[in-house]
Amino acid sequence: MLQTWKAFYARSDPAKAYSLLSPALILVTLAMLVPLGLMLSFSFFTQISFTEIDYSFTIQRYIDFFQKNLLVSLLIKSVKISFIVTFVTLLTAYPVCYYIAFYVKKNKMLWLVLLTLPFWTSYLLRVFSWKIILGTKGVINSSLINAGLLNEPLTFLMYSETAVIITLTHAWAAFALLPLYVSLDKIDFSLIEAARDLGLSRFETFWKITLPLSLPGIIGAILIIFIPTVGDYVTPALLGGTDGRMLSNMIQAYFGKVNNLPLGAASATIMLITVAIVTIVVSYTTKKLTQRIS
Amino acid sequence: MEQKNNTLLIYTLLYFAFLYIPVLFLPIFSFNDANYMSFPLSGFTTEHYEEMWAKTNLHKALWASIKVGVVASIVSTTIALFAAKAFARYKFRGQNISYGAIMIPFLIPEIILAVAILVIWLSLGFKLGLVPVTLGHILFCTPFAMLILIARIEGFDFSLEEASRDLGENAWGTFYRVSLPLYLPGIIASLLLSFIISFDEFVLAFFLTGSDATLPMYMWAQMRFIQKLPHVLALGAVIIVFTTFIVLLAFWLRNLGQGKEKAEFGIKIHE
Repeated sequence: MLQTWKAFYARSDPAKAYSLLSPALILVTLAMLVPLGLMLSFSFFTQISFTEIDYSFTIQRYIDFFQKNLLVSLLIKSVKISFIVTFVTLLTAYPVCYYIAFYVKKNKMLWLVLLTLPFWTSYLLRVFSWKIILGTKGVINSSLINAGLLNEPLTFLMYSETAVIITLTHAWAAFALLPLYVSLDKIDFSLIEAARDLGLSRFETFWKITLPLSLPGIIGAILIIFIPTVGDYVTPALLGGTDGRMLSNMIQAYFGKVNNLPLGAASATIMLITVAIVTIVVSYTTKKLTQRIS
Repeated sequence: MEQKNNTLLIYTLLYFAFLYIPVLFLPIFSFNDANYMSFPLSGFTTEHYEEMWAKTNLHKALWASIKVGVVASIVSTTIALFAAKAFARYKFRGQNISYGAIMIPFLIPEIILAVAILVIWLSLGFKLGLVPVTLGHILFCTPFAMLILIARIEGFDFSLEEASRDLGENAWGTFYRVSLPLYLPGIIASLLLSFIISFDEFVLAFFLTGSDATLPMYMWAQMRFIQKLPHVLALGAVIIVFTTFIVLLAFWLRNLGQGKEKAEFGIKIHE
């Protein structure tokens, strides 16, 4: 029996692959899927008092969520901020990746390492450094006042949606740079040369050849920036004030001082569903777009 | 390949400035002789560093972060090494789904992971503290570690391992003598980068830590008080220098021997 099992194992690639994968799959199941399932079930419970929870099934928390204007507007604002950040990050990072992919000849890796290096320093500190820059007594305001260009500090810089957007664009840059660079670097340059030789203008070449071919990188970047920024907590908490507050700040409050775990769980579930919908829509659109190109 | 484009070059350099300058303000103001972070700089001092060193709470938080980081990086790299081997070596049904499942913790908003682990931890009646933080960090670091290791293992000639087995070496001996030396730069890079991710991680720690603060938690608590900011700047500057050094080391290791195996090991690996 053991012998046949051993012989089967020696010949079966899937059996070997899954035994190698089992620790990772067990980890993901026990530390993520089961907890997420429990979080989902908590969203159907009711908080009675500070420590007591009623475990009978109700969808009241979801009704609560959509009846509270604050929560709905925070969800909309989170999605809006996240979309703006994704768009701005892509737009600003694209030319940089284009330059490195097509103009840099030596030490491309070094350029890439330098571009992604700031990303590895503490997220909290990077966000905090924007507080130093945008604060009422911060770098921008104090410099402008010293230069005599301002009498009063610009207050809209700090504790606003703008502050959140600028900071997130800085914080997630690496997530746009890497996928964009990879997809641009894969493009066969002779295709671009051929297009130019055949009389297409620089702009036409870019619009008809380069941009479509870099689409996989663009889509990848959209997803890996949009998804985490929707749920960002640190940036809105440090720089958002009341204007730049996002849904995650409320989720934290429900698990913290407000102490309404079921409503917090429902809000987190709604955030997860939002993320899933965006992922599906973006992936589906890409599929359609790439089909049209090829 | 195009010739030259100065507009794009200037834009790229400006983008570099945008990436780097904000981070540089921390070290700059950490030597400034004032409580406010504004220009002009008033004078040079190292007293914020002395003040930082005198905080005993900071020592505790540092130690907590090191403990969590070491355990998280070792466990996640081990788990990721097996998984990376499976993806690099075998083709099997369910490959994409398994890959996606392992990558999810890296993709979904961290606050959702944190909330989910918090709910299960409290439901099980366990106490919050460094243990659930470490669990969360293992979950969060494993996809990173796996990406690094797959990049290293891909292109590895697995017939070397088969040859070793055919020549009578057992599975452990083959791993120890053949695979490990070749994977080693990738493994160390993965350990270092996972450690840094864990060391800098805030959201999971914020939800799961209870009263044992990690270093980012400590900084978070101090950031609210203007008079305490200078020593946070000093601490931040030290952390930035430290992480930059570790990350550069990891990048260097990751590329070490890549494509040069032939010279290093005296055997042909790539064709």
